[in-house]
Amino acid sequence: MGKLSVNLCGIELDNPIIPASGTFGFGYEFAELYDINCLGTFSFKGTTKDPRFGNPTPRIAECSAGMINAVGLQNPGVEKVISEELPKLKACFNKKVMANVSGFAVEDYAYTCALLDKEDQVGWLEVNVSCPNVHGGGMSFGTNPDAAAEVTAAVKKVTTKPVIIKLSPNVTDIVSIAKACEAAGADGISLINTLLGMRIDLRTKKPIIANKMGGFSGAAIFPVAVRMVYQVANAVNIPIVGMGGVTTAEDVIEMMLAGATAVEVGAANLVNPFACRDIINDLPKAMEKYKINSINEIIGGCK
Amino acid sequence: MKQVFLTVTANIPLTETVFEMVLKGDVSEVKNSGEFINIKLEGKYLRRPISVCDVSENSLTIVYKVVGGGTEQMSQMPVGTKLDVLVGLGNGYDLAPAGDKPLLLGGGVGVPPLYNLAKRLIAAGKQVSVVLGFNTKAEVFYEDEFKKLGATVYVTTADGSYGIKGFVTDAMKDIDYTYFYTCGPEPMLKAVYTASNTSGQMSFEERMGCGFGACMGCSCKTLTGYKRICKEGPVMKKEEILWEN
Repeated sequence: MGKLSVNLCGIELDNPIIPASGTFGFGYEFAELYDINCLGTFSFKGTTKDPRFGNPTPRIAECSAGMINAVGLQNPGVEKVISEELPKLKACFNKKVMANVSGFAVEDYAYTCALLDKEDQVGWLEVNVSCPNVHGGGMSFGTNPDAAAEVTAAVKKVTTKPVIIKLSPNVTDIVSIAKACEAAGADGISLINTLLGMRIDLRTKKPIIANKMGGFSGAAIFPVAVRMVYQVANAVNIPIVGMGGVTTAEDVIEMMLAGATAVEVGAANLVNPFACRDIINDLPKAMEKYKINSINEIIGGCK
Repeated sequence: MKQVFLTVTANIPLTETVFEMVLKGDVSEVKNSGEFINIKLEGKYLRRPISVCDVSENSLTIVYKVVGGGTEQMSQMPVGTKLDVLVGLGNGYDLAPAGDKPLLLGGGVGVPPLYNLAKRLIAAGKQVSVVLGFNTKAEVFYEDEFKKLGATVYVTTADGSYGIKGFVTDAMKDIDYTYFYTCGPEPMLKAVYTASNTSGQMSFEERMGCGFGACMGCSCKTLTGYKRICKEGPVMKKEEILWEN
């Protein structure tokens, strides 16, 4: 194993850097800019059973050291993702990819994951439980341990690939939800999804985003993410993928010290399209500075 | 798309709130009229997307309006400031269907992207008419610049303080044209869409996250499917536009 490599749920990554879902499309936009095979892997655009346009615009608002988005899971639906997007992805990326899946009913998750399970290039299924459950009064699956566990169990039944449950930070006790997912068979936990936020236009006195509220991401949320990764990592025995505001190689080290086995980079890609490549290039030097021989040895190193 | 570092060589006010900035450096990636660039500003998280007004071998010109903290910051930038810029964004205008007498209609800061377009159309031997629409006389800019290119220029002001009283469509109805190109606020685009009797192209605006197609922040519905304003746009053909409200 190289000094940057880590093992995520049985699959070795050349390095722990993973562009986060929704900030990297299906990879080929970025492949025009740099060879994306330098990445550990990447998590592709959140995929649902049916095609979705998503929310009305404006979908984006800026914040101090961050941004809010309410894209609303725009994607062509799992069938088209498999028939149109994955061939394009395969043409520019030769490693296992992480399939990010969303749903609005337990059956939707199972349907989408069952189809993606048949795709060789898919290494992991990252299941986003932050979406509202249409059968549960619209409450997000991820805010309730039982609902999150139900999704986990349903997905585990239809796949042999590692299932990573992506948790919402907009909860009272994220540890109880992580534990429920682990008990239901999750192979890993990724966190944090965006924090619910809002901005108001002072001139119009109306919300900037058409959807009123959206997901707050970017450098500003990093400390919240580190705290939650630390809490969850100390409560479960499955690997953690840490994310939330990661921008630099130092952030990656901090996230791994908190307990992450691998690290996703989200909003930073939108500001600096080369963010992940730059972090990977900077990582050895940052490791040297903090006397780290192998990145693998620092996982959960902060006690 | 390319990431380049450009140097501010001029930054002058054209009106009370509209500024013209010249940026020098590698601008080889700028291909078409109507493209935009995305500028990183100190202390701001997201980049600022601004349309390209004109481009030469080693510099480009942008004309921007101060509307918030980011553009305010830009207006204060001294000559010599170095900027991290993504260039070559968006599709830009397609010159091929222009015909002999294209008509260009710009409203407010929708005027700038039409400048390089007029230049190219005139260089291609077209007889170009331009309608520049503003609210009031104090907001008028670039009238002489378009005249110097050799275009026939009409200016409209909503309050009648200069040129033709009314909107760009009030000037449009008396002009003989083969095709139109427009950029401006959405109500203006809608009015041009309705008033036009030929095909044409319209450039749209939306709040963007990345500006290069990754975040899906600026998606819109068209008659030919979902499009990203930053990637498949900002220029849309009249025939594909779907007005949602």
